[in-house]
Amino acid sequence: MMNYVLMVLVVLSIVFGGLLGRMPELTSAVLESGVNAIQLCLELCGTVALWCGVMKIAQRSGLCEKLSRALSPVTNFLFRGLKEQSPRAIDSISLNITANLLGLGSAATPMALDAMAELDRLNRQCNVASDYMVNFVVLNTASIQLLPTTVATIRRLEGSADPLEIVVCVWLSTVASVVVGLSLAKLLGRFRKRRDRS
Amino acid sequence: MKILSDWLIPAVICGIVLYGFLHGCNILDAFVEGAVEGMKVVYKITPTMIAITLCVGMLKASGGLDLIAAFVEPLVSLVRIPKEVVPLMLMRPISGTGALAVFKDIIAQNGPDSYVGRVASVMQGSTETTFYTMALYYGVTHVRKTRHTLASAVGADLTGFLFSALTVSLLLG
Repeated sequence: MMNYVLMVLVVLSIVFGGLLGRMPELTSAVLESGVNAIQLCLELCGTVALWCGVMKIAQRSGLCEKLSRALSPVTNFLFRGLKEQSPRAIDSISLNITANLLGLGSAATPMALDAMAELDRLNRQCNVASDYMVNFVVLNTASIQLLPTTVATIRRLEGSADPLEIVVCVWLSTVASVVVGLSLAKLLGRFRKRRDRS
Repeated sequence: MKILSDWLIPAVICGIVLYGFLHGCNILDAFVEGAVEGMKVVYKITPTMIAITLCVGMLKASGGLDLIAAFVEPLVSLVRIPKEVVPLMLMRPISGTGALAVFKDIIAQNGPDSYVGRVASVMQGSTETTFYTMALYYGVTHVRKTRHTLASAVGADLTGFLFSALTVSLLLG
């Protein structure tokens, strides 16, 4: 996917640059981009390291498991009937949601893959996605994060007076997208089932 | 809202450190281990970041990005989404690193506290890399037919985009 995107971007810029006579600007963009990319990564390195460090404390001290248990009513509601079939799947899902909430992307992914493998087993390795899988993937494609630390860092570096002023808007937008995503999954799932039967 | 944004980060850090300490966790060791992991993550994304910054930078300098943005402006301005954030909407579902590079550029060009900067911030914070997540997650299963996953996920993304503009308009003006 990214291969196509990169190729299209490069070809498009040559075509547009040629047509609009912007070749000098294009050359300086090429010469500057490496420096800009390294600068951004260096700027982010500190915050990402700091945040991963703090969250490691949350993981080690059992705070994540505790939050995950507190979340289990929500998980059981979203994945009704799954607990009876596989306690392991529901645990992995709870831990994945907790890790996402805390912004622990690197910890969230292994748990998500574990949950998906378990859901695949329950699905009897059939090649059509189950409703649980669809719900779980949709939940993960809508970012549910309590503290947008990377966004706040970039805002601060660019001179924002209040880097976290957007946090309530982020929460509201996230909740809206999760609700719409899961409702769509439910509606479309029902529609598909009916069509498959007829 | 000012109190919330002032207190949130210090309170979360203090809470976690205190919880860890009271539960007998070696907080410095844990912190160092986590910080090393975090630095590795940034180290790993750096080459991709250079590639994407190069491509996006070239497209911007060529004037192509302005043309594309001008083309979709009538559509997005209906829902109060500024045309400057269109590149972010295009990149967000495809690549997390790419979105980060585009986001940083938008903030640098328009200022973090402008309407454009705020909408971009909320978008970046409230949506995910849909296509990547789908490919990665279904990759560990035997699933070939993902049914309505893509439609629902894209629906969720569009809702996130709409709400970014809506909430910033209503709450931050």
